[in-house]
Amino acid sequence: MTRFLLAALILCALVLFVGQRLARAEDKFVTLASTTSVDNSGLLTHILPLFKQASGIDVHVVALGTGQALDVARRGDADLVLVHDPDAEQKFIDEGHGVNRREIAWNDFIIVGPGADPAKLKGGRDVVAAFKSIWSANAPFVSRGDKSGTDALEKRLWKAADLDITKAGAWYKDIGGGMGAALNAAAGMDAYTLSDRGTWLSFNNRRDLAILLEGDARLINRYDVIELSPKLHGQAKLALAKQFADWLASLAGQQAIGDYELAGQKLFHPEADKKP
Amino acid sequence: MGDFGDATELALTLIFRGDATLYAIIALSLWVSAFAVGIAILIGLPAGAALAIYSFPGRRTLVILVNSLLGLPPVLVGLAGYLLLSRAGPLGRFGLLYTPGAMVLVQAVLTTPIVVAIVHRAAQEQWAKHGDAFQVAGATGFQIIPHLLLIARRQVLTAVLAALGRAISEVGAIVIVGGNIAGVTRTMTTTIMLETSKGNLPLALALGLVLIMISILLNGIAFALADRKDVK
Repeated sequence: MTRFLLAALILCALVLFVGQRLARAEDKFVTLASTTSVDNSGLLTHILPLFKQASGIDVHVVALGTGQALDVARRGDADLVLVHDPDAEQKFIDEGHGVNRREIAWNDFIIVGPGADPAKLKGGRDVVAAFKSIWSANAPFVSRGDKSGTDALEKRLWKAADLDITKAGAWYKDIGGGMGAALNAAAGMDAYTLSDRGTWLSFNNRRDLAILLEGDARLINRYDVIELSPKLHGQAKLALAKQFADWLASLAGQQAIGDYELAGQKLFHPEADKKP
Repeated sequence: MGDFGDATELALTLIFRGDATLYAIIALSLWVSAFAVGIAILIGLPAGAALAIYSFPGRRTLVILVNSLLGLPPVLVGLAGYLLLSRAGPLGRFGLLYTPGAMVLVQAVLTTPIVVAIVHRAAQEQWAKHGDAFQVAGATGFQIIPHLLLIARRQVLTAVLAALGRAISEVGAIVIVGGNIAGVTRTMTTTIMLETSKGNLPLALALGLVLIMISILLNGIAFALADRKDVK
């Protein structure tokens, strides 16, 4: 008898739990496919409660590489995107999926590497020259290899340096993973890698890694919000998504983005901040 | 050993600090796994026993197939689940993608073969021992299956615990169909993955230890209940 009561009790608890979940699912929410850097760096965790307060809308964040985030939106599984690969974004818009692209924040990319700095990047500012040095030194380099915004920039930089990365030696490690995985790998094997500043500043397993190159204008990293076209994506919550996109671009949203700091450092600039 | 010592300390702190976010994550992991295993039990117990007592053409092939499914890669199940549940996919209109329901579904797919395979093996043994008696008594399949499962209850428990273990420790499938959305589909394992990618290795390790402690607790409860039943 006691066992029966126990089972009944557990069942009731489960039903209550599920009911509660289902009730919550009816709240107003939009699904945002975002690049990992704005999520892992804590930016979204910082600004989303402010947006919720202003609008009553929850934002469900699915954090993926830019390429994958755009694909998820193409299939109609997100209501808007927040990404950072200008070329892939343009393609997304040209295909008719995206409309109303707005830059809402920027920061920059950096090259991090081991303290020993075998390719002697330290102190330089020319990122293309740095890539050439890494190539000629055969210094270990970790590549994302995941069609993310960072990966796309890395591939463009090799091209700008006139180097065919498919012919690189074993020093070039294509790990096919996120920024965090790439930083963990670089820390583990004393390798160089290209990182966005937001992920780097919030990353806690640096070991011997340090910033070795920064400040090249080609390393500007802009984050754009793109809404979905009602023509191809009638089922998406376009009105709620637009509210969120508008808020990001609004004074309140821009202030929230600019206010976000980690250990006293700003991670993202609002769109209007002057770029170097 | 330093890393693991620190992680153990952190794990205990996390548990006893009463952090609501962590409890919600643990609760989600538990109920998603419980539902998935519930489905696996509903399908797996009768199916496993039926495979043992009925002989029909293709039974052997079916048994081999079910056993092969034990090696089903979670990431593949996740991908298939994503394509099916995606708005552009055949089940898209239900809007299940990126919900706990989607995670229950893929975990049910992953755990059902475990229950079927283990129950089949156990039922087969009992059927070889007691099959004649059942047939002499003229029992029908509906009467035999519950009896057979009762006789083989220890192995049935093993099947359920193995399924639960797979469900609660799995990450490859649920991260694809769940999306690891904070407060909605973030479970123990996806949190461990996320914290690892943020370089918070001690925290990730501590969460892993919490997961192991929960497993031990669940198994302890299950065995205690089973032993009491056998004493009676």
